Amino acid sequence: MDHKLPPYASTGHKIWFYGFRVICGLIFFFLIAPILIIIPLSFNAQDFFTFTPEMLRLDPEGYSLKHYRDFFGDDGYPWRGLLIGAVLGAGFAGAMWAWKGERYIVLPVLVGALFGLIVGKLWGLDGAEWMTPLRNSLVIAPMATLLSVSLGTLAAIGLSQTHVPFKGAIMAILISPMIVPLIISAAGMYFFYSRVGLQGTYWGVVLAHAALGIPFVIITVTATLVGFDRSLTRAAASLGANPVTTFFKIQMPLILPGVISGGLFAFITSFDEVVVVLFVGSAGQQTLPWQMFTGLREQISPTILAAATILVSISILLLTTVEILRRRSERLRGMSPG
Amino acid sequence: MSATDAGDMSRAAADARRADAESTGPVLAADGSPLKVSLNRALRAQKLRALMLIAPLLLFVLVTFVAPIIDMLFRSVENQIVSETLPRTVVALDDWDAETLPDEATYAALTYDFIEAAERRIHTRLGSRLNYETTGLSSMFRRSGRGVDDVGEEYADQFIDLDEAWEDPVAWAEMMASSDWLAAQSEWAATLEAEGEDAAGPEPLFQLSDGIRTLLPETADAYRSFARTVQQEDQDSPLEEEPWNSVYLALYRDLVTVPAASVVEYDGVGAEMLVAADTAVDGFETVDLRAVWEDMDDGWVEMPIWETIEAFSDPYTAGYFLAAVDLQLTPDGIEQQPDEQRIYLLLFQRTIFMSLVITISCILLGYPIAYLLSNLPLRTSNLLLILVLLPFWTSLLVRTSAWKVLLQNQGVINDTLVWLGFVADDARLALINNQTGTIIAMTHILLPFMILPLYSVMKTIPPSYVRAAKSLGATQWTAFWRVYFPQSVPGIGAGSILVFILSIGYYITPELVGGRTGTFISNRIAFHISESLNWGLAAALGSILLALVLALYWLYDRMVGIDNVKLG
Repeated sequence: MDHKLPPYASTGHKIWFYGFRVICGLIFFFLIAPILIIIPLSFNAQDFFTFTPEMLRLDPEGYSLKHYRDFFGDDGYPWRGLLIGAVLGAGFAGAMWAWKGERYIVLPVLVGALFGLIVGKLWGLDGAEWMTPLRNSLVIAPMATLLSVSLGTLAAIGLSQTHVPFKGAIMAILISPMIVPLIISAAGMYFFYSRVGLQGTYWGVVLAHAALGIPFVIITVTATLVGFDRSLTRAAASLGANPVTTFFKIQMPLILPGVISGGLFAFITSFDEVVVVLFVGSAGQQTLPWQMFTGLREQISPTILAAATILVSISILLLTTVEILRRRSERLRGMSPG
Repeated sequence: MSATDAGDMSRAAADARRADAESTGPVLAADGSPLKVSLNRALRAQKLRALMLIAPLLLFVLVTFVAPIIDMLFRSVENQIVSETLPRTVVALDDWDAETLPDEATYAALTYDFIEAAERRIHTRLGSRLNYETTGLSSMFRRSGRGVDDVGEEYADQFIDLDEAWEDPVAWAEMMASSDWLAAQSEWAATLEAEGEDAAGPEPLFQLSDGIRTLLPETADAYRSFARTVQQEDQDSPLEEEPWNSVYLALYRDLVTVPAASVVEYDGVGAEMLVAADTAVDGFETVDLRAVWEDMDDGWVEMPIWETIEAFSDPYTAGYFLAAVDLQLTPDGIEQQPDEQRIYLLLFQRTIFMSLVITISCILLGYPIAYLLSNLPLRTSNLLLILVLLPFWTSLLVRTSAWKVLLQNQGVINDTLVWLGFVADDARLALINNQTGTIIAMTHILLPFMILPLYSVMKTIPPSYVRAAKSLGATQWTAFWRVYFPQSVPGIGAGSILVFILSIGYYITPELVGGRTGTFISNRIAFHISESLNWGLAAALGSILLALVLALYWLYDRMVGIDNVKLG
């Protein structure tokens, strides 16, 4: 079907053309509506999971931020953290200006303030219902990501060489965490990690999540390396650069988009993972998805919708980042965007 | 190309190379070595470098991921618990005829094993393990664990009546232990006294003397079991503890069998005590061990317990796998489980059936979308693709909670239907905690995994084919069905296998919206790990599921190739 209706189309053709679009519209609605509908529901002033009459009348009385207040609680020191972060950011900007003469001021202060806000908010929590799991997630996911990205990038470079013995077998092993159903990985890790004393520890969860994130790093980075022009490294070598310099100055900047998007995949894998952490972790490592899982299974409270809305916002942010990175990578490699 | 063809060709190539080398001599590299050697060397260095780069990750994945999976496979057949907890009983049962009750010696072996297990508090673990096979054993083991320390008490009393020294821990220890151990133990005791626990360290592990082991094998064995258990479990010295009654039982059994002459010849510590006991032992009142065990629990004089122990005495068992497919191991061979316990085949069937339904709904919903996306101008389709990618990127828990909220009895969907007048307020649809809920939510969750591969295949279908078909007189439908659709089949195949693989292993969504009828095999695995604690069965179910997934994955690899997996 062409995307425009020709002027000579018959009535039946027209009905089919518009009917098909309506069907597609409905399917898109099915895809997106469940995610979007929780956003207004999360502002419900009542503890209901449906639209109250006040909400339908768009009466401001029907809406409130109370579930968000429940989500964030009032522990921690967010404002102090924000202030300290902003000051540190400004200090960093000053140092950079004095040292290299770069005059960025807004970005370091903003990043510092945001970072300080988060750290301050999550500082010194004592069993807050949602913030403690959030902190655990924010500790575990970056560590797991760091592990899988550093090891994964190295291995992806090795795998993309022309002569790799047993390449198929190695690839199959490295990709396997993505193929094996999570419940089986979780069961195996639970048995094995309790044998070696890692069950119920932070490190156990971090190692498990790193293993789960590795296939994504391998796949995205090897995909970037496919388009990598090897003559560039040879040119660098012929100009006298040693392999380490070549790697950091030539290869790394070119494959960086792939590495970052692999890292984002690894991060989201860990941040969103619940089956493995349910088994490998213990109450001390309860993560945000775990808290949502127990919340959904036991007493479902509307605070979950506030948490879900925040997570949806984060995924929109991540999706945008990955999309921008993908286009940039394709532009860098001389491919058409799309 | 067949293998013989390839062989012929390489042989021909080798012949040609040899002829070439004979006529002109080998080609040399700059340093004078033959080019082939020099090339190989360079290649080897390259291979080594590549492997060095891969090695850390490979090692990491092998340790953190592959080892656990292998461990799980191993656990699904592992069954050392019976032979570890009741080692002597298992040996004694080796030449049991399996038709009558075992002999007195087996009951004695059971006594020695059971008292040690009870003291180490592992008998209940074995009880719950065997309970998976024969119900009622768990409580029987627990009950027997409380009574077993009285078995052999009559013998203990008679020995002590004969000579007070039989009650003395030191006399026992000196008679049984090797002189080296006695020296080490007294040194340890002295350090403990003088410098405290930290300096003394752990007790030296009890060692038997060689003489007593040859003279009184059962007693020596029973005493060692007692001494080591006391050391390891209670951190006490055997020199300060009166032996268990089972040791006296062993002593009695040894003394009635050992010829009097060899007792007389014995010249180790406590020889006189032994000789005196040996002459008196014939006049001892005997105890029927079988009756003693019957007093503890009638089950011990019935066949099932012995048949179960015998059947599971091997360190490896197919029992878990049999249970996972609703069979059981009985003394008469493999049989079906009783009707009310046959649940796993049904569960596998349900898992596969629901995964098929989900896959088909994904095809039905995904095909039009992929078709639309691949036929729109790039700018529009990229925009619409975001509507597919957003759910793909959204947390699984978020999507599941959305469905949990929407599908509820008082949820948005039911409210809307009531408001529109499609259903009556008192007849709201049951959309959650059943199969419908699982299918709706999982179709939504897995739909992007169908659309993305379909889209990438459809993008490569040239529109000119359909135009050519139409110009040759095909109707809209014929052109689609005969020309376009066959070319999109690989995409359907890839997407279907992907969705199917993902859905048969799903856990979270069925757990949250599936209720009782909409759960999958994974939920049962999780149940066995965390609630029923039947880890072997969980491992066996997991292994079967893993085999299923790997087979499907192999198919996927043949059809699509793992390198073509696209992420977003």
